Amino acid sequence: MEINTIDPFWLAVIGTSVLAFILKYLGHNVPKSWLSNPRALKINSLIPIALLSALVAVQTFTKDSMLIADQRLAGVGVAVLALILRAPFPVVVISAAATSAALFHIQ
Amino acid sequence: MSRVNRATAAQSLSVSLTVGAYGVAFGAASVAAGFTVWQSCLLSLLTFTGASQFAVVGVLGAGGSAISGIATATLLGVRNTLYGLRMAPVLNVKGLRRIFAAQLTIDESTGVALSQEKIGLREMRQGFWLTGFGVFIFWNIFTLAGALGAQAMGDPAAWGLDAAVPAAFLGLLWPRLINKTDRLLAVAACALALAMTPYFVPGVPIISTAFLAVFFGLRARVWK
Repeated sequence: MEINTIDPFWLAVIGTSVLAFILKYLGHNVPKSWLSNPRALKINSLIPIALLSALVAVQTFTKDSMLIADQRLAGVGVAVLALILRAPFPVVVISAAATSAALFHIQ
Repeated sequence: MSRVNRATAAQSLSVSLTVGAYGVAFGAASVAAGFTVWQSCLLSLLTFTGASQFAVVGVLGAGGSAISGIATATLLGVRNTLYGLRMAPVLNVKGLRRIFAAQLTIDESTGVALSQEKIGLREMRQGFWLTGFGVFIFWNIFTLAGALGAQAMGDPAAWGLDAAVPAAFLGLLWPRLINKTDRLLAVAACALALAMTPYFVPGVPIISTAFLAVFFGLRARVWK
């Protein structure tokens, strides 16, 4: 099959999947010695904190690469309140969803 | 791994259901973008990292090329490498198990594992595997449901799912923010990612915050 006859959707499915797995597998195969010094360990434990924080911010405040404050912000705001009040995890998630959904229907 | 910590299992299940349900939105978006039901399901089974999947169907749906779709999705998947780096010494597995561990290394499994850090290594492992398999199962079932035309459910925002997902990640992150360095880093990462969002393609703002982690990690050593 010539390259220009490959269906772009199949190419996207296969290409994305192969590269996604390679990226995941790479992380699990870094030699242990690379992470043996305390500084590398510290940095390695901080990286997911940074990435997950950024993910929360992007999922809460952005839409199509634009900054926006909508019903999601209210939902996440309620989640913060629930966390401060030491609510259990399902309560945090459900209260956020309920708040966001309610505002979505009012709008 | 004889006994499973109940709190860890409960958290894993909550995360799996919440995030898995979002698979409906992916399945529907994928079919709307021109992928077949079978291709949509393969993306969820094989790619299995939500942000990358939404990116590739988004790009192709908007008329973009397969190459640009793959590039954007791959950029978003880079963070899984960093998660794997963190999880490898925790899981300590080889061979086939390492291949499964790699495929299940995503935001959710890493997030739940990290939130168990105070309880113990065993609970971190349980959190990783339970959440990884849980999300895998629900994400794929719901993708199929969405792709088969569960558009009856409509916009995921109508069900509050668009807020439930960041709230879930926040809930996972919360117990990890124990000292000043962690909290400062979290706030700085949010600020940097948001400031970059309008100017960079999706994926770059989130990955860039890894540099902040490196910077804070170097500083933390100095303070000691």
